[in-house]
Amino acid sequence: MSLELRDIRKRFGPVQANDGVSLTVEAGELHGLLGENGAGKSTLMKILSGFYTADSGEIVLDGRTLDIRGPGDAIEAGIGMLHQDPLVFLPFTALDSFIAGSPGGFVIDRRQARKEMMELAERFGFDLDPNAPAREFTIGARQQLEIIRLLWLGARVLILDEPTTGISATQRERLFETLKQLASEGMSVIFVSHKLEEVEELCSRVTVLRQGRVTGERELPCPADELVELMFGKSVVIQTKEPVELGKPVLEVQHATLEDELVTVRDLSLSVREGEVVGLAGLEGSGQRALLRAAAGLLKPRSGTIRIDGRTPRTYHEFLDVGVHYLPAGRLEEGLLQGMTITEHFVLADESTPFFVDWDEAEQQAAEEIRAHFIKGRPDSNAEELSGGNQQRLLLAMLPDHLRLLLMQHPTRGLDIESAAWVWEQLLARRHDGTAIMFASSDLDELLMYSDRIAVFFSGEVIDILDARTATVEQLGYLIGGVRAAS
Amino acid sequence: MNFARRFASSLVAIVAALAVAIGLMLLVDAPPFEALKLLVEGSVGSDVKIADTFMAWAPLVLTSTGLIVTFAAGLWNIGVEGQVMAGAIAASWVARTVDGPVWLLIVLTMLAGMIGGALWALLAGVLKVYGRVNEIFGGLGLTFVAQALITYLVIGPWKRPGVASTSGTEPFPEHAWLPTLPGLRISLVAVGVALVAVIIIYFMLRGTRFGLRLKAVGKNSRSAYLLGIPTTRYMLAAFAIGGALAGLAGTIQATGFLHRLVPAVSGGYGYLGILVALLANSSTIWVPPVSFFFAMISVGSTQLQLRLNLDSSLGGVLQGVLVLFTLLAQGWQSRRIAREAAEASAAPPVKLVES
Repeated sequence: MSLELRDIRKRFGPVQANDGVSLTVEAGELHGLLGENGAGKSTLMKILSGFYTADSGEIVLDGRTLDIRGPGDAIEAGIGMLHQDPLVFLPFTALDSFIAGSPGGFVIDRRQARKEMMELAERFGFDLDPNAPAREFTIGARQQLEIIRLLWLGARVLILDEPTTGISATQRERLFETLKQLASEGMSVIFVSHKLEEVEELCSRVTVLRQGRVTGERELPCPADELVELMFGKSVVIQTKEPVELGKPVLEVQHATLEDELVTVRDLSLSVREGEVVGLAGLEGSGQRALLRAAAGLLKPRSGTIRIDGRTPRTYHEFLDVGVHYLPAGRLEEGLLQGMTITEHFVLADESTPFFVDWDEAEQQAAEEIRAHFIKGRPDSNAEELSGGNQQRLLLAMLPDHLRLLLMQHPTRGLDIESAAWVWEQLLARRHDGTAIMFASSDLDELLMYSDRIAVFFSGEVIDILDARTATVEQLGYLIGGVRAAS
Repeated sequence: MNFARRFASSLVAIVAALAVAIGLMLLVDAPPFEALKLLVEGSVGSDVKIADTFMAWAPLVLTSTGLIVTFAAGLWNIGVEGQVMAGAIAASWVARTVDGPVWLLIVLTMLAGMIGGALWALLAGVLKVYGRVNEIFGGLGLTFVAQALITYLVIGPWKRPGVASTSGTEPFPEHAWLPTLPGLRISLVAVGVALVAVIIIYFMLRGTRFGLRLKAVGKNSRSAYLLGIPTTRYMLAAFAIGGALAGLAGTIQATGFLHRLVPAVSGGYGYLGILVALLANSSTIWVPPVSFFFAMISVGSTQLQLRLNLDSSLGGVLQGVLVLFTLLAQGWQSRRIAREAAEASAAPPVKLVES
């Protein structure tokens, strides 16, 4: 069973997610697909598994070109995808969830399905109770259920998208053993990850993606720094940041334990001073978001303290009142309001708006802000009509003039170079006012270029805090992959 | 959506709804055009009829306007029917117990009705905000409770002396009735209150900071919260306003039309208000005309039964079908607009959520 992807292209609005990707996976091969967040791995795999349709390109399985129009076509052709969040019906029992996606007649044969399910589970040493509610399963057990379900449906190519997020060490071991066993039986396995060490441990070949393109293909084992370079590219870091005198600490996090959706951050201590920019590096979900949310007052620490200028605000509104502001990554989900105009956004953001709104004046002010922030849009444009860059400009324009602490998640994600540079110009200018900035990013160049210090997260822990002036892309890449002692 | 397009799609919806109604009448061998004529004559054919139609219009406008406020805040206040009943109960209590001049009773019954409706709505709101009970289910449940409460009062503590039946309480003392025009059943106070409510809500949603923030909560409560808007307070406020207006509708039904408390005191104006608010597409300005049209159908359709021996529920069918077709036309329009926009930007539409 050999699988070939030929020149796959996929564009989402302004973003070329896949830009001519070609990839070959032989039968019995454990093939790694490596790349940073946003490199195009997930898009490629979603095309392969039928969730998206490619703009152009071919998928060839054993010499036959497939016409995949939906996930049903893919699984029928023998391509099964294990999603990051396993597709398990939580309110169902394990058995019903197992059966739910299967083709067949109107009446289901539970007894037969249970028998086949138990046989498959036994073959891989999975301990799954078919009668237990799927909700009670750990993520790892849900994965196991999903794997045998895909095999049951006849998958001969198995795609795993970041399968080790949120599962225990033993479950990971079990998973790797299973995958090796499947490969030895002739299954093609594509293992999508941004964790270097896992790919090195498991795979025999690896393809590296970066910004929608294949940057290289390697037989494993191969030197890690070669892979790091393929992932992040070699870049010349130019320091254009004007130095600013750092003042007293604005944010002080002491021995904080933070519980976010997927990750628990334990005993975190970090401070950010006036005029300082601290970058948070790490894989998505390693704890950066938890820290940002906690510093914004949106996530209550389980233990430890969070001080802003020596005070301990409690509610989100108290954090706002002491000058903390948070801009999350989802601009349209957590920031802007779809269906409302630019003028309305400025009126909402302006604390001093009187009870009766003077719309003529508001429109004039909005027009001024639009000019001042180079937003491509009119006062009556709705937020969702703006491009990503202009949405970010709008969000920045809505910020209060004087802030103590600005927290951002992926401040330039999806922006073109010009917009990104403009955004940082605006942000850095705020330092002169004594504003402290903390931002999370997956763009290593951005982290190195604009931070004073970089805190690197790895599964809920800050494993190192680097001085951005001396740090290198390679060093960061290793740390992000969890390799502590960079040599 | 530009005006011409919207007008065109509304026209298509009305014609389609009429076609369905005519088809239904043909099915039961009724003369469709005579029926339609009766519908018009029965609702606006004489002073008495017009007065009756306006007396249905006033509570309908009140419930619909209140719903527009809750819809603006993103809340599906389906429990509005129960809020009408709660308002009627509170107003009835005042009407039965307080003695005084007519103007005082008008003020007090209306205040009581508003408070009753608002409290009932706040119950649904508190259940949603603090109890995580979806407002649709909370509202429906509370409607059943309100209905049961009225039945209890009517056959229990407020029963007519010697009679325990569900036909209603004793009529209220006449000083508690809303004054009507001589010879007609219309109360100018009721019509006036409805108009004032429309005007206030129109300006509240359009011209005030409160209204804008309320809409922000409805569009995206997460973004609104991050912007510093106290979202739960705004949601509860929307419930209270919507409930107060529904309670006013209940007051008018009890003191202006029925002059007593009966189990069917709500007249279905809560549920009908949902249809009006949907048809008005959440625009306050469209509420009075759409309500009038619906009131015409409701009042006029009683004639169908008297004259053609058709069941008056045909009016309800017409109203329901009209709303369905209008929503269908709107959905179809917005899909077409989305497609045109997608083609214009030459970007393929994204079919599924991106991770």
